[in-house]
Amino acid sequence: MTVEKSLDSYIDAVATALSLPVEEAWRPAVRANLEVSLRLARLIDEFPLPDETEPASIYTA
Amino acid sequence: MTVNTDGLSAQQIAQAVIDRKLSALDATEAALARIVARDSVLNSFTDITADRARATAKAIDAKIDAGQNAGPLAGVPFAVKNLFDVKGLATRAGSKINRDLALSSRDATLIERMEAAGAVLIGALNMGEYAYDFTGENVHDGPSRNPHDPTRMSGGSSGGSGSAVGGALVPIALGSDTNGSIRVPSSFCGVFGLKPTYGRLSRARSFPFVASLDHLGPFARHVSDLALAYDAMQGADADDAACSTRPVEPVTSVLAEGIDGLRVAVAGGYFQQNVFPEAVEAVSRVAKALDAKTTVEIPEAARARAAAYVITTTEGASLHLDRLRKRPNDFDPAVRDRLIAGAMVPAPLVDRAQKFRRWYRAKVLELFKSVDVIIAPATPCVAPKLGQVNFVLDGVELPVRANIGIHTQPISFIGLPVVAVPVPLEPMPIGVQIIAAPWREDIALRVAHALEQMGVAAAPPPRGLSRGL
Repeated sequence: MTVEKSLDSYIDAVATALSLPVEEAWRPAVRANLEVSLRLARLIDEFPLPDETEPASIYTA
Repeated sequence: MTVNTDGLSAQQIAQAVIDRKLSALDATEAALARIVARDSVLNSFTDITADRARATAKAIDAKIDAGQNAGPLAGVPFAVKNLFDVKGLATRAGSKINRDLALSSRDATLIERMEAAGAVLIGALNMGEYAYDFTGENVHDGPSRNPHDPTRMSGGSSGGSGSAVGGALVPIALGSDTNGSIRVPSSFCGVFGLKPTYGRLSRARSFPFVASLDHLGPFARHVSDLALAYDAMQGADADDAACSTRPVEPVTSVLAEGIDGLRVAVAGGYFQQNVFPEAVEAVSRVAKALDAKTTVEIPEAARARAAAYVITTTEGASLHLDRLRKRPNDFDPAVRDRLIAGAMVPAPLVDRAQKFRRWYRAKVLELFKSVDVIIAPATPCVAPKLGQVNFVLDGVELPVRANIGIHTQPISFIGLPVVAVPVPLEPMPIGVQIIAAPWREDIALRVAHALEQMGVAAAPPPRGLSRGL
């Protein structure tokens, strides 16, 4: 399976799971945006962090 | 009452009102007249609250007539990005969908505080849909336009705020900044903008975007006006879970303390890449004026920008999930497609982005042990043309939208206070970020004030209004 088809399958699966509409006309833009998000997320994924690191979702500067 | 308020600062208007050389009502009428005369070009306003403004102004004049204190912003007209709740208006947040919301029953906290200080709300301002924007374009309301060249972007997402202040329609406007939405329009429109420390100013009763990263703050044509507005709006607020309980720390009285003894450094590495010559020139002028000879490396800035991107797209998707299901065709298609993609980013990556944020914050705070101020570009370029998709940098074609905020995102990601100062290059201005440690808005504002006094930073007169379209 190509990367593009694989991502399309993923988009279909998540869209179904979340009841999100993804019309065929929107698919190329959704895929392109998801590719950017996943590429940038990989920069975080590959960065080693100590197990004890606390998230900063409720953040105090 | 023959004072011409065109070109007067907020401070000058308030003083004239307090001295009874100008009535608050006349100041209000003058602002309303400027909007009528100029906003057909700028398209910065989406709502004009003329009746309310006149009533507020009359109440201020009555206070002054009665010998009461009308506040430090007495009679100063201001406007707010249309994601602030304004009593009696639906908070559209740049969208079509939100126009169906119930009318707001109460103003946003920051509006209440500005009016408690004597300011007069005269309207709500255009913005990018749901604040997911760096351009100032809006498919529903049309773009707000650049006051120095109406064929160019105002910047987003607080485009109307930058356009209205840059076009001198109002001396002060309020906006929001999640990834750069105050600093980018400040840069493109040539005005001063303050993005305070995360948690400093209440966001209560404003339409959110990314709770982890949302900030509110003022725009102005002078640093003293920025400080006046900021001082009026500070203070704890139980209606915003992220709002600090720190005491009010006024800055107006310390602006003139100068910059002697402050250690100023230029951000290197990431912040010197992907910049046009105008941005290099602007940073160079500011660095020279501040005698900044050292460079600091903000560690892992590219990863910080990536993490901010991931948190933004996923929290934004979470916020709009039900609207995406029920009214997908009522979104700007570009915003909708970004949000749908954001809903599909796996949760562990979001968690890691928040953990990275903690790590990065600790590293950057270490830098502030040896420096007080870091300077960096606000935008990589001057305002692009409206609708421009790509620009060419060092022979490489790059997408405009994705690159406008690359220098602002790693800073707001950890909530550092920043003043964007306008450097009045010809033909278009461009901004520089004056970045300080958390809760040290006073330092960033003192530096901005010094740059304004030196003439290095200034809000240029709007040059694009006579040109029209």
